[in-house]
Amino acid sequence: MTRVVAALARRALRTTARRPQFVAPLVLFPTLFLAANVGGLTRATSLPGFPPVPSFLDFQLAGSLTQALLLGGVASGIAIALEIEMGFFDRLLAAPIPRVAIVLGRLCAAAVVALGQVAWFLAVDLAFGGSVEGGPLGALAVAAIGVVAGVGFGATGITIALLARNVATVQGVFPLVFVILFGSSAFFPRDLLQSPAREVARYNPLSLIADGLRDPLVGPVSAGPVLEGLAAAGGVAVVMTAACVLALRRRLARA
Amino acid sequence: MAAIETEGLERTFKGGLTAVAGVDLAVREGEVYGFLGPNGAGKTTTVRMLVTLLRPTGGRATVAGHDVAREPDAVRRRIGVALQEAALDPLMTGRELVELQATLHGISPARVRGRARELLERVDLLDAQDRRVGTYSGGMKRRLDLALALIHEPAVLFLDEPTTGLDPVSRMTLWDEVRRLKAAGTTVFLTTQYLEEADQLADRVGIIDGGRLVAEGTPAELKAEAGHARLDLTFAAGGDGPDLEAAAAALRPFGTPAPGTDGTHLRLALPGGAAEIAPIVRALDEAGVELRGLQVVQPTLDDVFVARTGHRLDPEEPRADAAAGPR
Repeated sequence: MTRVVAALARRALRTTARRPQFVAPLVLFPTLFLAANVGGLTRATSLPGFPPVPSFLDFQLAGSLTQALLLGGVASGIAIALEIEMGFFDRLLAAPIPRVAIVLGRLCAAAVVALGQVAWFLAVDLAFGGSVEGGPLGALAVAAIGVVAGVGFGATGITIALLARNVATVQGVFPLVFVILFGSSAFFPRDLLQSPAREVARYNPLSLIADGLRDPLVGPVSAGPVLEGLAAAGGVAVVMTAACVLALRRRLARA
Repeated sequence: MAAIETEGLERTFKGGLTAVAGVDLAVREGEVYGFLGPNGAGKTTTVRMLVTLLRPTGGRATVAGHDVAREPDAVRRRIGVALQEAALDPLMTGRELVELQATLHGISPARVRGRARELLERVDLLDAQDRRVGTYSGGMKRRLDLALALIHEPAVLFLDEPTTGLDPVSRMTLWDEVRRLKAAGTTVFLTTQYLEEADQLADRVGIIDGGRLVAEGTPAELKAEAGHARLDLTFAAGGDGPDLEAAAAALRPFGTPAPGTDGTHLRLALPGGAAEIAPIVRALDEAGVELRGLQVVQPTLDDVFVARTGHRLDPEEPRADAAAGPR
């Protein structure tokens, strides 16, 4: 099974890299969003109550990375929906492999993509004068949370694709990414948000993930936010992977 | 042991559409079985049940000795499948796809590359193996699809309308490959809406319409059942056109001729076969009717289809119940 999962993951990565329309949302759009925010909102750090950070870039980077990871999840969903629409999914189902390997292969690819996204944003941070205040351990923490969150968001996209079975529906989720994202503390400190946005952000697991990603970038690694971020990302990954497998079983049972 | 056996196989979709309504089949090992029918007749739904992509809602089916509902994994290990639309990822190269398929079928890493090369050579795609599949022609995609289906040397091969939309040359190439497979002892279950394809390739043909098997037998048996050969006669046009009345009178001792649509033809059944042709020509000559051409037309599978269903098998005419199941 490991060999099959690895082969399917390699294939998923290869085809993702060959679709420019997939690669753009994975890194390019969030990077442009980051550039626009950092270019125009730098003075936000002077607001009373804004937490002390080395630079606005360091603060915003976690938000853009979270955004990129979410878009990676949408891309995983679109990829599966495309496979269903073009019949390639049936080819995989007709092969003598454990069917859960189809999902696991795609999730492994999502993990690798997430790692690449983390590396890209850390490189952007360093290239434009930012820093990883938590040092190598901090970078490792960002990578760990990023990869686990990437798997969770990927599983969410795949679940939607397996239930909807068409690309249009999965693409329809795209605007929701921004709603969920702006309902968190990804781009703005929770304490500066007004009610009810502050309450929404408090219970939004994305806030924990974004704060966990941010903590090692803006200061020395502190166990609290990093572990909370990791736990939130892990929770999303476990719940959504289970949902993904259930959605696959449901689909197969209804065939 | 039959390679494929079904008893009362049924599939009813949500909403009540019954695509397959109690099909009984027994396909022998090493046989090429042609499953012939118009669009929406139930061919693809039957195949999807036999290859474990759809659950039967009634009856039972075994493939290569394994029950499709109870032992789907065992069935999948023994079959090769080329589905109706060549479901190939356009972003992968031919070689990548064949190597992936080899891995999915458990071929050892040491053998993957060699086996892929062997199959790509067999389907004449070695030169195009590193091109993305999106750049392949329809015929190349079908050949690649066949290579994928053959990667693990399956005991039973399912080809779902393998030549639909192909040019004549690509069609012939696929036919040759099916003949090679038959010679090698592979059981082939071939669905088609092309009469000639079933006639040329199949040892036995099953004709399906409205989800039911309406006829089964060798092409020769089925055609013999459909009736006699007929003679199509074309007469030379005189000043006012051919004298069909005189021709019909001369032909009457041999049967009742039927007029063609353009006023220059007559058709006559040939219950006595080709031996009747010489006396017919002689009778026409003696009556002074100038014959321009004649053709012996053998009964076709379409005649069988018409005899059994009351309508023609027209590949261009989609039917309302063309559902092949949910994706």
